[in-house]
Amino acid sequence: MLPQLFFGYFAIVTIVLSIVIITRKNPVHSVLWMLVLFFHIAAIYLFLNAEFIAAVQIILYAGAILVLFLFVIMMLNLKEELSSERFIGEWPIGIALGLSMLLFIFFAIVKLVPGPLGKYTIELVQKETHTKAIGKVLYTEYILPFEVASLILLIAIVGAIVLAKKRT
Amino acid sequence: MVPLEWYIALSTVIFVIGVIGFLVRRNIIIMLISVELMLNAVNLSLIAFSHYLQDLKGQILVIFVITVAAAEAAIGLAILVSLFRNKAVVHTDKITEMKG
Repeated sequence: MLPQLFFGYFAIVTIVLSIVIITRKNPVHSVLWMLVLFFHIAAIYLFLNAEFIAAVQIILYAGAILVLFLFVIMMLNLKEELSSERFIGEWPIGIALGLSMLLFIFFAIVKLVPGPLGKYTIELVQKETHTKAIGKVLYTEYILPFEVASLILLIAIVGAIVLAKKRT
Repeated sequence: MVPLEWYIALSTVIFVIGVIGFLVRRNIIIMLISVELMLNAVNLSLIAFSHYLQDLKGQILVIFVITVAAAEAAIGLAILVSLFRNKAVVHTDKITEMKG
């Protein structure tokens, strides 16, 4: 009973917060609500026995990406933004498209058949500690994607500088 | 024990809210935030599958998704800054040079 109650609380709060985020007029309010949302999602990750991912979620999303968003919003002057219309004229079409997509995915979930179980049971991961288990898989089996991820970050650094630099 | 389907349903609902936010808002900053929302929904379903199928591959994939999300946010915001420097608008309706 208690797990269902926890899940219900976090599910309701995350859904309400997502709706709040996409309807705020001021982008700063959206970003601050997003911070609360990320903490709730990190709590769901803890609930799913993924401590390392929960820590990364808080450090990277709340600590880095949201601060980046806040910096950019404060650099831009958004005074006239607050007095203009917040939705496009065709917003009912957008909502209808989204709801039809929801319907399609729910039909797919009903037919869901889980695949075979892997070897990393909860007891094994707890014995080895979660971060160590993830590190072993990441640095042996997934070493090439890991290197490619570093290249993606390099391209992001160079691209951001080139795009945002003033033309002289 | 919470069934797997509940997590997938929650992730779907958050993803669809992100899609709707991307479609109906005019502000580019909120559209970028909606993309982050969608990526988070996908991460949630990946971790739920990883836990219920007892496999760590889902969590590895989440680490890569977070990397790509960070890169995407940096590039997107840099494009936004240079756009604002040229046009001083963040509304998608007013960016019509390419007549798309």
